[in-house]
Amino acid sequence: MSELLGLYNYWIVIILMMTGFYIVIARPNLIKKIIGLFIFQTSVFILFISMAKVEGGTAPIIEEGISVYSNPLPHVLILTAIVVSLATTALGLALVVRIREAYDTINEDDIHVQDEEG
Amino acid sequence: MLLSNLPALQVVIPLASAPLCLLLRNPRHAWGCALVVSWVVLAIAIMLVRNVYTGGTISYAVGAWATPWGIEYRVDMASALMVLIIATIGAIVMPYAWRSIEHELHQKHTGLVYTCYLLCLTGLLGVVVTGDAFNLFVFLEISSLSSYVLISLGSTRRALTAAYQYLVMGTIGATFILIGIGLLYMMTGTLNMMDLSQRLPEVADTRTIRVAFAFVTVGVSIKLALFPLHIWLPNAYTFAPSVVSAFIAATATKVGVYVLLRFFFTVFDARFTFAAMHVGEILMLLAVAAILIASVVAIFEDNVKRMLAYSSVAQIGYIILGISLASTAGVSAGMIHLFNHAMIKGALFLAMGCIFLRLGSVELKDMHGLAKQMPLTMAAFVVGGLSLVGIPLTSGFISKWYLVSAALTDGYWPLAILILVSSLLALIYIWRVVEAVYFNMPGAQMHKIKEAPASMLIPTWLLIGVNLYFGINADLISGIARRGAEVLLGQALP
Repeated sequence: MSELLGLYNYWIVIILMMTGFYIVIARPNLIKKIIGLFIFQTSVFILFISMAKVEGGTAPIIEEGISVYSNPLPHVLILTAIVVSLATTALGLALVVRIREAYDTINEDDIHVQDEEG
Repeated sequence: MLLSNLPALQVVIPLASAPLCLLLRNPRHAWGCALVVSWVVLAIAIMLVRNVYTGGTISYAVGAWATPWGIEYRVDMASALMVLIIATIGAIVMPYAWRSIEHELHQKHTGLVYTCYLLCLTGLLGVVVTGDAFNLFVFLEISSLSSYVLISLGSTRRALTAAYQYLVMGTIGATFILIGIGLLYMMTGTLNMMDLSQRLPEVADTRTIRVAFAFVTVGVSIKLALFPLHIWLPNAYTFAPSVVSAFIAATATKVGVYVLLRFFFTVFDARFTFAAMHVGEILMLLAVAAILIASVVAIFEDNVKRMLAYSSVAQIGYIILGISLASTAGVSAGMIHLFNHAMIKGALFLAMGCIFLRLGSVELKDMHGLAKQMPLTMAAFVVGGLSLVGIPLTSGFISKWYLVSAALTDGYWPLAILILVSSLLALIYIWRVVEAVYFNMPGAQMHKIKEAPASMLIPTWLLIGVNLYFGINADLISGIARRGAEVLLGQALP
């Protein structure tokens, strides 16, 4: 039981990850898919950030009398990954705007029907 | 001074010129800028290959931060081959791009295309020279994001949905890679690939590392369109602008294969990948499925670009088949085909671009009797097609020869038969095009069609020439590929 609770950060990551992934796969609405994708990516950010925590450690700033610091590197990595994810989301939404202009719908099934008709 | 900074210049020059292209506004200036950059990149690539060939692996500390703390650029024979592929395709496609882009795209987009192209080039080159796992993810996403934009610029609205589908799948793939890298970092505390390869054996027998391996493999497989994760590819190649199809078909999936090689052989070692994780058997099965199913689907496609896209899925199958053998002969056969297929598919898609410029369509039914009007373009397509099939004196034959002999050395004779059978399948789909353009009666409007302009024909034939040259004189590429495979498998001194 303590293993289950002690690893709670990973449970949060997995639940978020699967929620996002499910939305991407199951929802026909293109904007909801992008939201799902964003939740999926965010779960990975939490995975990185939570692994950086060192028990009893403080923020990684050199200070008198403190010897244990959290690992700052994952934070930096995720800063970059957030930029990538932001660019992906922005581009995805821009594409949805263009798709809406061209097809007059943002529902994947309707778009498919229109493509089949030529 | 300049020479010792070649690996960084390779990435920095296209990256710095991308915003310059955007600021230039005038499409012709932007194109000129992209053209010059492409050629400079090719010159650097050739120097890099020569340096690596004579002097061995180059290690470059970015910003002079010592490895493994800083980011390392590491160019060995395998990355040098990839740099050469990307730079060659870029340099040949750019002179072609002007007429094609001007014809296919709305005028307000023409300047922006070159910015995105340069960013894509930066990303692809960055992936192959970097020696840092996280940096690899960032470059992969730079190239992917810019290729989503490039694909969405296609002339029909279906380009938009194709780009959207690619964006969703590509991002899932990239996030999988990121999870894998995170788990690796969790266990080893390092991101440098060489450092990872030294520290991983200690912890290799843990579930975390196995999960990391699985995430990376699946993520990269989406990026390189390994069957059955290829569903983004046919639409993306079909509806993208012609130049973009040629550039992306020849480079993006190949870079995916390179990333797979890097992780399989450098980060995890071959023993872990193939003996402990049994990836060889799985990959072989998927490669065989890709070769057979995608070739058969290609036979029934009426849109020639779509036919070539499915053929790409099959050809990626060949490359993966070579890698799945996990022998020096197999991996070098895969790398030879990596190079040859890039040149073949690049040339075929360029020929399709010439046809689209004059005909406005790449449907088989519109192409009846086209060979009389566009003899040079169609001749290029036929030679490229024969190379795809693997007729002797073309480079496609060389790849298949090495693949078959690698399969036979390991005693997989059914694979050798499969390669021959699938070559016949390729012959059938190429023949369908040949039949339509050479032996069918032309339509009423056909006499108005002219041959493609020289600025597009010359690059197409240049790539065909590369094909024929390496079909007759294969020593150079097979030598580079063999040494690349030896470096990857750890048999050569670093």
